[in-house]
Amino acid sequence: MAGTATDAATLEQVSKSTIAELLPGEGHQVVIQPSRGWIAINWRDIWRYRELLYFLTWRDLKIRYRQTVLGFLWAFIQPFLKMVVFSMVFGKLAKMDSEGFPYPIFLYAGLLPWQFFSDSLSRSSESVVLSAHLITKVYFPRLVIPLASTGAALVDFGVSFTILIGLMVYYRVLPTVATLAVLPLVPLTVLTALGVGIFLIALNVAYRDFRHTVPFLVQIWMFLTPVIYPVTIIPHRWQWLVSLNPMAGIVDAYRSAILGKPFAWGNLAISTAVAILLFFFGAVYFRRLERQFADIV
Amino acid sequence: MPTPAIIVEGLSKQYHIGARQNGRKTFREALTEAAAAPFRRLRAFGRSSHREEDTIWALKDVSFEVQPGEVVGIIGRNGAGKSTLLKILTRITEPTDGRAVLNGRVSSLLEVGTGFHLELTGRENIYLSGAVLGMKKREIDRKFDEIVDFSGVEKFIDTPVKRYSSGMTVRLGFAVAAHLEPEILLVDEVLAVGDAAFQRKCLGRMSTVATCGRTVLLVSHNMAAVDSLCRCCLLLDQGKLRASGDTGTVVSEYVSHLSVSDAEVDLAKHPGRAPGRQPIARRFRILDEAGRCVTCVNLGAPFAFEAELDSRILLPEVGLGILISSSTGQRVVTYHSRYQSAGSWALRGPATVLCRIPRCELIPGLYSIGISVTSGNDEVDRIEDFAVCEVAPRDLYGTGRIPGRQQGFYAPAAQWERGGPGIQA
Repeated sequence: MAGTATDAATLEQVSKSTIAELLPGEGHQVVIQPSRGWIAINWRDIWRYRELLYFLTWRDLKIRYRQTVLGFLWAFIQPFLKMVVFSMVFGKLAKMDSEGFPYPIFLYAGLLPWQFFSDSLSRSSESVVLSAHLITKVYFPRLVIPLASTGAALVDFGVSFTILIGLMVYYRVLPTVATLAVLPLVPLTVLTALGVGIFLIALNVAYRDFRHTVPFLVQIWMFLTPVIYPVTIIPHRWQWLVSLNPMAGIVDAYRSAILGKPFAWGNLAISTAVAILLFFFGAVYFRRLERQFADIV
Repeated sequence: MPTPAIIVEGLSKQYHIGARQNGRKTFREALTEAAAAPFRRLRAFGRSSHREEDTIWALKDVSFEVQPGEVVGIIGRNGAGKSTLLKILTRITEPTDGRAVLNGRVSSLLEVGTGFHLELTGRENIYLSGAVLGMKKREIDRKFDEIVDFSGVEKFIDTPVKRYSSGMTVRLGFAVAAHLEPEILLVDEVLAVGDAAFQRKCLGRMSTVATCGRTVLLVSHNMAAVDSLCRCCLLLDQGKLRASGDTGTVVSEYVSHLSVSDAEVDLAKHPGRAPGRQPIARRFRILDEAGRCVTCVNLGAPFAFEAELDSRILLPEVGLGILISSSTGQRVVTYHSRYQSAGSWALRGPATVLCRIPRCELIPGLYSIGISVTSGNDEVDRIEDFAVCEVAPRDLYGTGRIPGRQQGFYAPAAQWERGGPGIQA
């Protein structure tokens, strides 16, 4: 184990520095110097690179639907087919309980945020490879990479939302005041996806084989989340444990908002807290590793 | 006195080398390690445990200032720290120590076609690459026609770049970069690509940039380009700033420090190895007629290059290239087995490859030597300028006149014949 110390050192790396930038009002001045410790997210820097964020998101979407016969229609077909297949298997065959709602719409209300989350994760983990040549050739806030991945997933999320509206019409589920809860839920979902996404990217950079674990991670995570089953099949005293998975509380809250069933506020609060913590630690870990991205990618 | 555009103070950068050259490990390794030695690992996290022999200073205590409007060349051998310096100034990587201040809008050009994606069309790539290089969308909109014009690929602007020839891709990439309007431009070796006509166009464009008051930092191997573009120069050597000042003086300093190296060069752990390449080439020698190891070859005399290779894995279709460059960095000749020797061979385990040159036809002077190992169409190993050898003058033609550098690089065999009544003895 002679290499242990060196390996840890490699992970920590030697170069610890940050970039301090003065206010735009003072002309463009860039000061480059090493610094140590924790660094907060430089939102101003990210705002300055918002156009790059836009173009990278746009690139992700373009590439995904380029050279496919149906093009952008896939954004509709994929979630729709998934809903149909899952409804057949779990609704019809397994006769899964759906809290009294038609299974397809019950499923889809949960599948919608889940699909966004898993999309965002797989895009994030791919994005490191896709952006490696950028990281070594040009400066930009590295956080733009997961932001672009989540942004692209968010566009697909918007598209699949229209299917939900179709289902609501078909099953005559009327929107209520509670449906407005979707508005704060979407940013919460984005925060969760981003938090986990930046963890994945940092781990992908630090350990090059981590990428292969992402599909399994997403698969297992889905079964731990009440997407195909209702959260009520879990005994009441264990619900807090399930809610430690932030997606559990979020998926259930989407159902409450869309189907008009009562909110499980306690579960949602736990999930929200975990999501915020995840994002915070993800961001810290990312910023720590970001300094050496170009050296190790 | 105006504020300098670039101030660099004691800039240093340390890299880890050693067993794990790319500094990245697999998740599996990390897991097994963590399971095997949790306590050692925890302790190691707390303190900085860098052993000196595992680190190398790619840049050590470099300081200089560049005034606004100056065009400064950075020269030096491979591994001297030129690219590291540029990577720090462009904020791609961060310094271990020291400080740099850049006053003005900075753009960097480390490769041609940064941000290009092959699936996207030329038009889309102009926007993407422009955004990556720091242009605003409105700025790209405004310059779009000009960029397309400059690149000369109008007809294919809506074709995916993957269908472009490599020349077209380079032209499009440079066209985007050439329309950046920074106050400080940091450029790395981009002139090394493209055909001659395009290179002239780029050089022209670069000198307009240089004359319109922008500060330019140019890293180059091409002394001719440095000489024509830069009034002052920085010479880096082993991470340290060895000389700075007037281009002519610094270039001659650089040339004079190219001294003849050891007769036998150990390449197994050479620091100048191109990034990501495997250490296939292990040892290199130049042999004279009698098979002695030399550093100096007589003009007109036969000699040979001998390289020892070793590969753990089976490499199919191996080719060995020996790259000879002049002291000013221009490639003079390449000896390559792929082109000059028929029949393909594979490599696994140690081997010796000999390249016999029947007659040394290079003009006397100093030349630097590089090596490249290819397998199929991939280059698996490359080290540039790892050795310097000398070609000694000799009265090759028996005329008492020795050809010199002003006559080029090549002293070929030639037979002259005369006839006609006008010839007078």
